[in-house]
Amino acid sequence: MAGLAAAFGSGAMTNTIGDIEDADVILITGSNTSENHPVLSAFVKRAVRFGKKELIVVDPRRIKLAGFAGKWLRQNLGTDVAWINGMMHVIIKESLYDRHFVETRTTGFEDLKKNVERYTPEYVEAITGIPAGDLVEAARLYAGAKAASILYCMGITQHTTGTDGVKSLANLAMLCGNLGIRGGGVNPLRGQNNVQGACDMGGLPNVFSGYQKVGDPAVTKKMETAWGMTGLPVKPGLTVTEMVPMAHDGRMKSLYIIGENPLVSDPDLNHAEKSFSHLDFLVVQDIFLTETAKMADVVLPSACFAEKDGTFSNTERRVQRVRKAVSPPGQARPDWEIICDISKRMGYSMSYHCAEDIMEEIAKVTPSYGGITYARIEQEGIHWPCPTREHPGTPVLHEKSFTHGKGVFHAVEYRPPAEVVDEEYPLYLTTGRVIYHYHTGTMTRKTEGLNDRSPECFVEISDTDAGKFDIRDHEVVRIASRRGEISARALISGKAVAGSVFIPFHFAEAAANRLTNAALDPISKIPEYKVCAIRLVKEEV
Amino acid sequence: MTSLTHGNGILIFIPDEWENVLNTQNKITINGRICFFEPGDTILIAARRNNVDIPTLCYLKGAIPTGACRICVVKVQGARSLVASCSTPAASEMVVETESPEVVASRKMTIQLLLSNGNHNCAARLSDGRDWTDFQLRVQQDDGNGALCPAWGDCQLQNLAYRYQVTGDRFAGDEKNFPVEDVNPFIVRDFSRCILCGRCVQACNEIQVNEAIDFGYRGAKTKIVAAGDRALKDSDCVFCGECVQVCPVAALMEKDTRFTCRPWETTGIKTTCSYCGVGCQMFLHVKDNRVVRVTGVEDCPPNFGSLCVKGRFGFHFIHSVERLTTPLIRTESGHFRETSWDEALDLVAQRLTKIIKEYGSDSIGVLTSARITNEENYIANKFARAVLKTNNIDHCARL
Ligand code: SF4
Ligand code: SF4
Ligand code: SF4
Ligand code: FES
Repeated sequence: MAGLAAAFGSGAMTNTIGDIEDADVILITGSNTSENHPVLSAFVKRAVRFGKKELIVVDPRRIKLAGFAGKWLRQNLGTDVAWINGMMHVIIKESLYDRHFVETRTTGFEDLKKNVERYTPEYVEAITGIPAGDLVEAARLYAGAKAASILYCMGITQHTTGTDGVKSLANLAMLCGNLGIRGGGVNPLRGQNNVQGACDMGGLPNVFSGYQKVGDPAVTKKMETAWGMTGLPVKPGLTVTEMVPMAHDGRMKSLYIIGENPLVSDPDLNHAEKSFSHLDFLVVQDIFLTETAKMADVVLPSACFAEKDGTFSNTERRVQRVRKAVSPPGQARPDWEIICDISKRMGYSMSYHCAEDIMEEIAKVTPSYGGITYARIEQEGIHWPCPTREHPGTPVLHEKSFTHGKGVFHAVEYRPPAEVVDEEYPLYLTTGRVIYHYHTGTMTRKTEGLNDRSPECFVEISDTDAGKFDIRDHEVVRIASRRGEISARALISGKAVAGSVFIPFHFAEAAANRLTNAALDPISKIPEYKVCAIRLVKEEV
Repeated sequence: MTSLTHGNGILIFIPDEWENVLNTQNKITINGRICFFEPGDTILIAARRNNVDIPTLCYLKGAIPTGACRICVVKVQGARSLVASCSTPAASEMVVETESPEVVASRKMTIQLLLSNGNHNCAARLSDGRDWTDFQLRVQQDDGNGALCPAWGDCQLQNLAYRYQVTGDRFAGDEKNFPVEDVNPFIVRDFSRCILCGRCVQACNEIQVNEAIDFGYRGAKTKIVAAGDRALKDSDCVFCGECVQVCPVAALMEKDTRFTCRPWETTGIKTTCSYCGVGCQMFLHVKDNRVVRVTGVEDCPPNFGSLCVKGRFGFHFIHSVERLTTPLIRTESGHFRETSWDEALDLVAQRLTKIIKEYGSDSIGVLTSARITNEENYIANKFARAVLKTNNIDHCARL
């Protein structure tokens, strides 16, 4: 969420889920909300059906929510910066922006203005395929709202230009004064249950818990004192997308992986597999023997969410309790206990009686969680920042000012995706999820009913492309990219639009990420899952 | 500031300076007691706000009241007939009685009518033995199970029959012969027990807005249908299960637990869903150390009782036989062998220490997880930085 942090100084959802129903206009892009965040999508659908709110959906697929939207704009894959710049072009040209907000709360407006000048609706149409008239209408609709909320997800971030896309959305929201108010905001929807918490707790190479910077002498000192040790490393570390290639080169000797299955989720899987085999020592701590665990030297069985106490922080920064309901199978143990034991064996004692003890320490060293205690969140979770025990929590961020004072406009130019279609690979592929499965499927594929509803991988293609490549519904086809190939059943669907196909990434046996491109966004280091070039071949019978 | 929860759980804040003004104007007398209500309250909400219990069947929080079942009727002084409290706005100076003889008589009649209509083969349906045996046998054949109704002990209608001490034998029993639909993996629909309260329709259309089901047919044939009276699996249904959660009787049930688990056998543990970032609040219902059922926590943000198919039905991984149960170490031959925690942890500690010594701390990376708790992520962060002495820690959300 580097893009948001650059604009506002903080990279989380600015508003709450409940807030969505207070928006006059909701703009959703790069999020197939009704499949990936079903309960949240209900807030959007209710707002449209019963609150008479306007919904704009910008998505390359005709997703379910497009049917609820007054306006569905269909952009070419990887052209988000262009249409957002185009909307701002219209809003500035027609003087629909919030002058007061721009003057008092932001910097960089002049550069932005100059930058978007070029993005006339006609120019944008040529890049994105969005009809100029539609873009203008959407821009007026968004700018005309008293409060407008932007919701986005991986469809924006998983591009080589993902950070740019996010910055552009932040620009748009600031331009119209949609921050710090109920029903407004720029809201990234977190795909996995505790992504927010993993980031908040220092599961990132450049920050400690609460986004306290690695290398800042005061922070280093503070953490050393709190942890009773010296010699904390001061150089920011590597991201996962950097670690894997280094493993390939033999410069990374060991990985300790907890509860993740990068061997289905990694882009360019074939390369990742090789990289992992080059490691000297791989430890995997998980609830199942995942594809990744199968390559490990040591596998440690852990307890799942139903078997331990703790907290998750949801996408709206709400810290909520996780409670132990059943005991773990066999000798499986909570992840924290396992790590504490290894730590002790390596000469550093970490001893906690229970998860609540750990939360007490977190609150002590993490300003934004300073006021979180189990007692306070017994009934209902609290939104961080919550600095003190008296603080009620912060549902809406940036009410009076931004985390770093003024909001920063970033003039961002459109850059095409890393890989474009050509004669050999004439179709665009985008990847994502289906409602019945979750991530790499290790959990959902253990429920028969979910498999029954969604048993196997498929490639969703439009009628037009099916005709063009002579493919029949339900026929098995081979899908090849420059990096690999997989087989899947063709599903001719009204959701797909000619020129691009969609494959869900839950299925290890037909892992979409054998095809995807590992090209990274230069800042967020997020791979370009959402667009690569492929061809479809009929399977030989 | 006071807040009141309205509609779909939206909080409305009322500034302090208004409060007294509002309160003095919004007085209602319920069962002889003066009560305050908030603007926009129905009689039902005003009563609940003041801890007066009025029974309901069709009323569904967050949806527009339909007044369909008439169980919630109350007597309002000056009104010509009893009014449905769920759909009648509270007004200043109103005088309401919630359990007067007329009210009770009306409720009894309503319950009796509902009971005599359909396969309510719990003891509440009939107790005089006239056609009890035949009825039981027929219903048990329909159910394919020898037990009493699967909602027995967890049924709003049965509760009401008990509360008002009525049975269904006052009216001639009406045969309902709707075949049970159980061709999908999650939900069993049995309209022979449906009381047509409409809660499921509202849950699907007004709460989850999946727009999969509605009332179909007319008169005695009326039932709840997906478009074209198709099976749920062939409809727009996405199996969120909201309809099951709100059904007051046994017309909609989770397939997994129908006839296999009774509510008093389970303990509900409140927790947070482990799938997506919405973080829905849910109860895990536990029987014999196993999670057997999941329901949404009502009246609690962020989800106010709603769940999706993954959260509600995707819990089987917890007790999967494929769960890892012992530490594993790879042997020379490349296979895994089971081992003790001591051996596994010693090995990990030794190897990591050795790698640090030979290649330096930065030759190790830790991938922590968006799946584990905050506490565990914090410990992983502390472990990487303070013990391994590297900042090479990340999680896979980029992926
Ligand atoms: S499960 Fe959900 S979508 Fe299906 S009918 Fe019930 S409420 Fe509607
Ligand atoms: S199925 Fe249940 S919720 Fe739906 S109308 Fe019948 S009794 Fe009411
Ligand atoms: S129930 Fe569904 S929407 Fe709610 S947190 Fe779980 S996966 Fe997300
Ligand atoms: S609850 Fe009021 S009419 Fe049914």
